[in-house]
Amino acid sequence: MFWRLVFVLLILTVDHGNSTLMPKIGTEPSVGSGQLQNSFLPGLDNLTTTAKEGEVVEVENVMMTGVLHPSHYPARRAATVVQHYLNTRYGSPYRWVFLSTVHKGSAEDVTDIGRKYHLELTVQDTISNVSGRCSAELVFPEGAEQGAPQVNASCDELLQSNTTAQEEVFYQQHIASNNPVSGDNIPDSHGHMEPTMKPFWHLGGVASSFIMLRESNESTMYNMAQVANFTQLETENNQLRFQYHVLLHEMVSQEIIHWKLLVTWSPAEGVKVLQTELQPKCHCEVPPNTTK
Amino acid sequence: MYCLGSVGLILLVLTVQNGYGVPDSAVWNKEETSERNYYTRYHNMTEISEWMEQMKRENPDVVSSLVYGQTYEKRNITLMKIGLNSTVRKKAIWMDCGIHAREWIAPAFCQYFVEKILQTYKHDTKMNEMMKNLDFYVTPVLNVDGYIFSWLNESTRLWRKNRSPGTEKCTCFGTDLNRNFYANWGMVGVSTDCCAQTYCGTKAISEPEAQAVTDMLVKMSGDILAFLTIHSYSQLILVPYGHPNISAPNYDELMEVGLGAAKAIKDVHGMDYTVGTSPDVLYPNSGSSRDFARLIGIPLSFTFELRDKGEHGFLLPEDQIQPTCEEAYAGAHHIISYAHDKAFYSSAATITAKLWATLLAACITTATLGRM
Repeated sequence: MFWRLVFVLLILTVDHGNSTLMPKIGTEPSVGSGQLQNSFLPGLDNLTTTAKEGEVVEVENVMMTGVLHPSHYPARRAATVVQHYLNTRYGSPYRWVFLSTVHKGSAEDVTDIGRKYHLELTVQDTISNVSGRCSAELVFPEGAEQGAPQVNASCDELLQSNTTAQEEVFYQQHIASNNPVSGDNIPDSHGHMEPTMKPFWHLGGVASSFIMLRESNESTMYNMAQVANFTQLETENNQLRFQYHVLLHEMVSQEIIHWKLLVTWSPAEGVKVLQTELQPKCHCEVPPNTTK
Repeated sequence: MYCLGSVGLILLVLTVQNGYGVPDSAVWNKEETSERNYYTRYHNMTEISEWMEQMKRENPDVVSSLVYGQTYEKRNITLMKIGLNSTVRKKAIWMDCGIHAREWIAPAFCQYFVEKILQTYKHDTKMNEMMKNLDFYVTPVLNVDGYIFSWLNESTRLWRKNRSPGTEKCTCFGTDLNRNFYANWGMVGVSTDCCAQTYCGTKAISEPEAQAVTDMLVKMSGDILAFLTIHSYSQLILVPYGHPNISAPNYDELMEVGLGAAKAIKDVHGMDYTVGTSPDVLYPNSGSSRDFARLIGIPLSFTFELRDKGEHGFLLPEDQIQPTCEEAYAGAHHIISYAHDKAFYSSAATITAKLWATLLAACITTATLGRM
């Protein structure tokens, strides 16, 4: 008897064959449970579900206040705005930074001003791969007109990386050129670009940062998707001048937004964007059954 | 005498028992020689279709394909079913790529994944076991019309949606397939403007592509252990649900497994992937395939957002295909192993261990009483 029992147990143990265990069938989702990360003070999201034709349906957010979870979107969107700011201040054909990590963040409402964020983050220069830690304060202004966010940021080391030599060579190469340079689809569909186009790609990214900074709010997250084309214009005041057509990707709406920019640059003056022009979204496809 | 036998057998149990949570077997060999050139390039739909046929030809005993729907433009939606033949009904892992046309790295990963499991199952014990116990259902390109459209020329490269035409009042094309599923459809993170990138369609499952996936998942739901849907970009692993006020009943488990996958990814090339619900780490959304899968009871449902974090975005250079696929494979493997081990080891092992423990206790008690 005893050994029979042992034998049965042995079989059970050794048999790793198909279990008929069914995965637990999920019950109906529990609504309104406390699964939201407890890293913010009261201000839980409320639902708005009524949508009229053509409306973007979004949850009516009471914005998160207090300590922010560093890997959740409020801190990351704000940190991306800081990235755009840093590129407008320090970017060049040889310096283009991207957000690496958010270490800490907090947000508060400031009466009559707007929403103020404090952030600790690390950014990395995509060209030299040098990383730097930054502290930043940023305000998303309140009010209907919603002006551009205001940013104050300081970073250690990072922006001291020496790009002078490369920039000077690049500048000299193009400043007196009788061969104005141009290019398109940078990167191309497969992610490629000619090595000579790279600095123009960086420059497009930095110039785009001016628009991305200006257009950003707490419900957006911008990246430059592609330089559709650029053309070198005549040098003026010792500044290289370019006409750029860039495609921006706005993550929350997933839209691709076209902008034309007039951009100048020199090692001394840095990048400036003199004019911006939003290009209309082209709904130019003909539906298949058009007979007229 | 009896006790010695019991103790010996208990030792056998301990060595043989294989609970889940055991570290993954060697899944990615860093010294592995370079992949064939094919898997370091992007491929158009014709090439991918030919490749599917080739995989079937080269591995007829483990690979078959199934057309499970038609796109709006009447093209086949095809999956590959990969697994060792079995007389009994098997559990399944679902993976789909390319629900959004412009996310080219996703179909590239599906191809890589298939190649990798076919390459490794013969000599890797773990993969062999999983191929025996599971079938992998892989759809390399779900949004076929959209994908083909994105290959047309440079100006169509960033197309996202499918290619169904607009309504009477709206001349734009396309519905966002990942907002069209019957999962809190139309509630949040969508647009009702048919020209918008997140247009959710005229109603839930209005799109044939979403209908095809829905039909398959419903048919198979009792058997699917894990559902993976592959996207780019942002380097994220998203868990259900996309609605901020609704949480999955096994949220803790999903996070634990997701974090394990992110760790496996980081171990490959050092890349950080953030894990969380979409409303936490990205944005709220409804009508996603991931949410639908979880809603019908598939316990482990994840969205992978692959490289990068915005520098190249959708236009990821081909020289990043291989490292991206290697890390994503490690992440997927972690989830699949967990799902497999949970189904095939957990309950049997726990019960057996308890019985052994009881037997030993009884044995010792008897022996002790006997001596008294």
